[in-house]
Amino acid sequence: MNLKRNKESPESDELNGVSPFPDEVLERVLSLLKSHKDRSSVSLVCKEWYNAERWSRTHVFIGNCYSVSPEIVARRFPNIRSVTLKGKPRFSDFNLVPMNWGADVRSWLDVFATAYPFLEELRLKRMTITDESLESLGRKFPNFKALSLLSCDGFSTDGLGAIATHCKNLTQLDIQENGIDDLGGGWLSCFPENFTSLEILNFANLNSDVNFEALERLVSRCKSLKVLKVNKNIMLDQLQRLLVHAPRLMELGTGSFLPELTACQYAELESAFNNCKNLHTLSGLWDATTLYLPALYPACTSLTFLNLNDAALQSGELAKLLAHCPLLRRLWVLDTVEDRGLEAVGSSCPLLEELRVFPADPFDQDIVHGVTESGFIAVSYGCPKLHYVLYFCRQMTNAAVATIVQNCPDFTHFRLCIMDPGQPDYLTNEPMDEAFGAVVKTCTKLQRLAVSGLLTDLTFEYIGNYAKNLETLSVAFAGSGDWGMQCVLSGCPKLRKLEIRDCPFGNAALLSGLEKYESMRSLWMSACNVTMNGCRLLAREMPRLNVEVMKDEESEDSQADKVYVYRTVAGPRTDAPPFVLTL
Amino acid sequence: MEGVVGITGVGGVGGGGGGVSSGGSTSGSMSTVSKEDNLVMASEVSSYPDESELELGLGLSLGGGGGGGKAVTVSWGQFARILTAKDFPSVVSHCSASSSSSSPSSSSSSSLSKANFSAGTKRRAESVAAAASGVNQVVGWPPIRAYRMNSLVNQAKSPATGDFNSTVEKSKSKNSVVEKTNIASEKYNGNAKEKRHIRTSSFVKVNMDGKPIGRKVDLTAHNCYEALAQTLEDMFCKSTTFNGRRSSGGESDVMIGARRPSKLLDGSSEFVLTYEDKEGDWMLVGDVPWGMFLSSVKRLRIMRTADANGLAPRVQERNGKQRTKPI
Repeated sequence: MNLKRNKESPESDELNGVSPFPDEVLERVLSLLKSHKDRSSVSLVCKEWYNAERWSRTHVFIGNCYSVSPEIVARRFPNIRSVTLKGKPRFSDFNLVPMNWGADVRSWLDVFATAYPFLEELRLKRMTITDESLESLGRKFPNFKALSLLSCDGFSTDGLGAIATHCKNLTQLDIQENGIDDLGGGWLSCFPENFTSLEILNFANLNSDVNFEALERLVSRCKSLKVLKVNKNIMLDQLQRLLVHAPRLMELGTGSFLPELTACQYAELESAFNNCKNLHTLSGLWDATTLYLPALYPACTSLTFLNLNDAALQSGELAKLLAHCPLLRRLWVLDTVEDRGLEAVGSSCPLLEELRVFPADPFDQDIVHGVTESGFIAVSYGCPKLHYVLYFCRQMTNAAVATIVQNCPDFTHFRLCIMDPGQPDYLTNEPMDEAFGAVVKTCTKLQRLAVSGLLTDLTFEYIGNYAKNLETLSVAFAGSGDWGMQCVLSGCPKLRKLEIRDCPFGNAALLSGLEKYESMRSLWMSACNVTMNGCRLLAREMPRLNVEVMKDEESEDSQADKVYVYRTVAGPRTDAPPFVLTL
Repeated sequence: MEGVVGITGVGGVGGGGGGVSSGGSTSGSMSTVSKEDNLVMASEVSSYPDESELELGLGLSLGGGGGGGKAVTVSWGQFARILTAKDFPSVVSHCSASSSSSSPSSSSSSSLSKANFSAGTKRRAESVAAAASGVNQVVGWPPIRAYRMNSLVNQAKSPATGDFNSTVEKSKSKNSVVEKTNIASEKYNGNAKEKRHIRTSSFVKVNMDGKPIGRKVDLTAHNCYEALAQTLEDMFCKSTTFNGRRSSGGESDVMIGARRPSKLLDGSSEFVLTYEDKEGDWMLVGDVPWGMFLSSVKRLRIMRTADANGLAPRVQERNGKQRTKPI
């Protein structure tokens, strides 16, 4: 890099902290930095670099919307065009956080309206956004281009209509898995007839019908459309018509694959897929069966990401499909594919890096199906590059996990969910300690770990001793006492997020992490043994942390049922609802 | 029936309200229960002897009963466990009659309740027993996003009584599409509107007498009884002797086709295929048109012919007869 060349600068300049470069040059150089971690590092070098960095930053990522206030952000970064905000604790996805908890983007948008009138992109995860906010996005930000909402709530399809109506330059509308009030599909018809800039459109998780003719016209006039994910109300013949208009799609989410076509229509569909040579991501496929899946095959040659979460395929169907996806790197499936399906994964996908297996029927106790440890083992033999796994199963053994990590030592994300809480190794009846011990000992690059099954303190000792790169840990129904959590807090230097539920960790454990929490994004503990007094003590000792407690109905006064601790420079929340007690 | 009255008083917000109901906060769970659910539960609840179970059951199961046909069970926070239609098969079919919140005692609801009295009781016991163990008891477990959970609940087999609550998306009602899926060769008439009512793939449980472990079969992947029976024979064929004999009767279809009439259907094997319909009655498979079967079947059972005596008269009649093809 240029920086090293300037050795002829007088020592005194450097000692005085004056940068050898004019600010403009430094800013220009730093503007090339994209990673926010790099930018954070750069900003710590010296004052000049701090300033150069803040002026050159165009995208800000805020992992916890309450860790900082919008005013502080606006003051520090004057030129932001793109904002990513995350709000609620992750366990809100599983209904552990009551409604109206907060994380409303409104206060942010109010500040942005004056500070960043040229804001272009907004990506929200687990935030609340109202229709009014969506409308104001459309009206107050003339350059607004990209909206992505994941796991958000508070809005309805009317808000989407407002975006479609007002955002003349919209390129991305990505609506995923939100608690949206679906009032109908009319929002799509709000895109003006002269609107052509759309590149990404994802409404796969909306349930009501859009006007198909409007959609077809939209797709045909948006020549730059790269990503199209429709909902399951779009039928195959309609999909075929869309594909004809957009053969250059890179990511496709189909609608329903219900086999209702005539032979002629089927041929047209095949031909349409045949023309999609640029597809690298495929999803949707509701109701897909062996009957019509073959139509897809020609489009799968370049596929790198296949999301079959909505297609309850059987093992044979999956095997046949995978035979046509040699370049697959990421695969999401339902456990209807069973172990045999996973064997097919192992044999057909040598380049696989990520596998997620979701349960089709998480609550069905009496039927034994789904995947077991054998499926996982089969994948590990066939896919040595596997580094990300999310695996829901009903049985697992320590030996199996040991084999798996031996085959795939490069795991960065290992999320194993044995669905029956506290279930031991089903062959030996022992705790699953050794399984996770093997994971942390072997997988030195491990960043994210989710544990399950019957676990004693030993698991946490292992984690504390070996998981030196661990950043995120999720624990449920595990542990024997405070010691386990203490091991983790004292042993994992890079820990940023710790989320715990239903574990016997109490005040001693909570308080052992006093200094640690300031280096972490957040801590969540619910249904543990922490008391109000313990939380108060924590709050008193660490003023730069927000310690928030939510009590369940009918719990004893001293119990702190749900505890959420996070570092912040913004002080206690001003918008906390009554059930959130800030200590 | 006092229990019922008491709960009716709590009544209030329909369980299916919007996509987001107030889950978990304080006294949320009871107050978000719909009246209709309460009354529908009456017949089963009142027969339930244990008072504490009664309360527990109501607190929990109303979450489930309401959720059987609707998407919002999962957001009932702290108290409700997430039940699926399968836990309350008889109840779910009545919940769908809850579109009019003002008259839960509509004739359909009450007559159905009566019909299900005994069947409902038994199933209630089963489901509570199921609830007593493992994953079903815990809120937010397994850790699957609430949105996904809603999709799964709606994908689970739920009987189509057609009369869905307005908050249940149209796409869940399956009546109009069921017939279409059967008729592979029928020309698509181009009317996009009819295509709206899609039923997501429906798996029903199949148990076979003598085998402890059941399976699941996707009904929408079949278009006729023969196909279904064939699949079932393949599934369970390891330890049973169906001994099919070749016959020329099989129709070849575009969809998963049957190769020959199934022993299961013609009564010549030691087992016979039966199903439980939405009213809780066990019927022989094959009597009604396929589409009607699809809309009323809750689960299947491969029963020993000897045990099928309650239905037996038909078995004898069927011997050797060709199955009538579904419409």
